[in-house]
Amino acid sequence: MQLARVIGTVVATVKNESLEGRKLLVIQSLNKDLAPQGKPLVAIDAAGAGVGELVFWCRGKEASFPFKREDTPTDCTIVGIVDSDEHVSTQ
Amino acid sequence: MILAKVLGNIVATQKNARYENARVMLCEQISPEGEPSGNTVLALDSVDAGAGDTVLIVQEGWSASTTATGKAGAAIDSAIVGVVDRIDLL
Repeated sequence: MQLARVIGTVVATVKNESLEGRKLLVIQSLNKDLAPQGKPLVAIDAAGAGVGELVFWCRGKEASFPFKREDTPTDCTIVGIVDSDEHVSTQ
Repeated sequence: MILAKVLGNIVATQKNARYENARVMLCEQISPEGEPSGNTVLALDSVDAGAGDTVLIVQEGWSASTTATGKAGAAIDSAIVGVVDRIDLL
């Protein structure tokens, strides 16, 4: 899983029917200093996230597990919302 | 598996139900020599690791969710499965 910031939304009218009703968000992964790490990605939301929020996301086949897992084509799913930037503790 | 150093943890009240009671640790991948790679990753803890520990992280979903939650099939792609005592290189 990786930390990310939700930086936008995606609207796609024509899509796989198993993606109907799913929220698509643009996320930018972050490193330990909450600075950008890698390129932005499009994720499905499984946590109720919105633009601007600090979230964490799951990659790979496991990303489809919060949904109808055999049918949902995704490799990037938001699975949690970090309470605030201060709730990322590094020592 | 990858080698990583535990930097700390994160707090998320609103999360997927399968993450309940799990500790989500912020880790940085390191080389076998201990050099930080700059690449950070979140992993669920299954061995009571703490900040500063060098750990082994498995990045395969079935193994990660089984070790971290006791049950397969969760949206979990990384889990800490061991605390490294030492690494001997040739």
